Amino acid sequence: MNKPSRVLRLDRRRHLKQLLAAGGALAASGCDQLADSPRVNATLDAAQGWTYTAQRLLLGRDALAQEYAASDISPHPRSNGSSTPGTDEYNRLASNGFRDWRLAVGGLIEQPLSLSLEDLRQLPSRAQITRHDCVEGWSYIAEWKGVRLAALLDHARLKPQARYIAFFCLDTLEMTLDGTGQYYETIDLRDAVHPQTILAYEMNGRPLPIPYGAPLRLRLERQLGYKMAKYLTRIEAVASFAHIARGKGGFWEDRGYQWYAGI
Amino acid sequence: MSAQAPAVETQRRSPDRERELRDGRRAVYRHPLPVRVWHWLNVLCVIVLIPSGLQILNAHPALYWGKASSFAHPWVTFGAFGSIGDGPAFPSWITLPSWQDLADGRSWHLFFAWIFVASGLAYVIYALASGRLANTLWPSGSELRGIGRSIVDHLRLRFPEGEEARRYNLLQKLSYIAVLFVVLPLMVVTGLTMSPGMDARLHLLTEVFGGRQSARTIHFLTACALVLFIVVHLAALLAAGPLNELRSMVTGWFILARRRRAQTP
Repeated sequence: MNKPSRVLRLDRRRHLKQLLAAGGALAASGCDQLADSPRVNATLDAAQGWTYTAQRLLLGRDALAQEYAASDISPHPRSNGSSTPGTDEYNRLASNGFRDWRLAVGGLIEQPLSLSLEDLRQLPSRAQITRHDCVEGWSYIAEWKGVRLAALLDHARLKPQARYIAFFCLDTLEMTLDGTGQYYETIDLRDAVHPQTILAYEMNGRPLPIPYGAPLRLRLERQLGYKMAKYLTRIEAVASFAHIARGKGGFWEDRGYQWYAGI
Repeated sequence: MSAQAPAVETQRRSPDRERELRDGRRAVYRHPLPVRVWHWLNVLCVIVLIPSGLQILNAHPALYWGKASSFAHPWVTFGAFGSIGDGPAFPSWITLPSWQDLADGRSWHLFFAWIFVASGLAYVIYALASGRLANTLWPSGSELRGIGRSIVDHLRLRFPEGEEARRYNLLQKLSYIAVLFVVLPLMVVTGLTMSPGMDARLHLLTEVFGGRQSARTIHFLTACALVLFIVVHLAALLAAGPLNELRSMVTGWFILARRRRAQTP
């Protein structure tokens, strides 16, 4: 046997063992520490920017989400988040078919509006049979009809500083002392004026049911379900969403989910 | 190594691709740097993508076929799906993060999906441009005709030695090609068709899979195929000599086993 090379081999073997042991220890104890570190999470968040840029490039302004045939409509859809806001105010509104409900439109617009369901029905509408994809992984197909958000914004006339549309809801999904448990969402103007972006008041040919967001919800067909705020009460044009709730642009975004939910 | 070697020999076994060790064994340079970098990036990606994928699946541990979910009739469910209080379907030791957190699971999964796709594309370009695909991975007709023999050899755990170990054997080539051109692309494409954004562009592809929920199911099954490949890959590594194989994937150099003494006079 050639001694020097054997020594070398043993030495290498020892190094390799140490390396593997270190790797194993890192994998076992390190993963959770990594997963909990704010800096790691900020790094991981970079992927959201890549996805946003890539999808904006690939999808363009107007690529439409797939629309389906009436025969594809799911007989048993599913709602998520709040199944009802459940407040006295909401129950009172619901009890007379939301006749007293109004949608306030404000923020960076020239013409503040307060619209009843009847007013909204007079505006240009769109009906679409689309697939609702929940972030959890499931999907259902339903028909939605509502006012085109672009038409509504035309009425309200956006100021040039407006960058995002914020949607405020009647449901509180988490009880907090500072009110940040109230559901809200934000989308950018590009999504806001997409032809399929509607404020839906009908689902499958009937007034929007309470679990699905009565009387009015957002449909944003190229993103996941949590973007599509239900139980709308007010929408605002804003230059930034940093001042709203915890500043991440939505109820779930404030709790770690991506603001851009196109994937 | 020697200037006196015949010309053909130097071309095929140039000194930077082969050398003799002091104990007389020969080492061949089997894995160029891009292959090694890609291999270890893939190790990292798989270590993150599979546990974070199971974290995501934990949010709704049921699979369906078709465009939408038929909630009452899933194709398959995992764990105690539907009953509350029995804990997650996939236990904490196999998910990332270990606690149940769909948001974090998605962050890990989508970040490393980007790394996985970018490095995979870079590798494919490299493998095509360098000729590695044609020279090293694609089996020849005569090799293919020897498939029966190759299978029998594998079943007997008889691995190529000496000169035969210079190149990938047939089953190795076929499994690498299957992973490279079927499993990995399927993984990526089924993932992309699940994206409601990409679906607006790739809807025909979603249709090919049979709809988004089918794509999700195929995504899971393909991940299972990948895990199976990794298990076999690791088993083969152990059987063929883990240190030599690991070294070759770290330094590039693979040491050929010496011919048995009985064969030499």
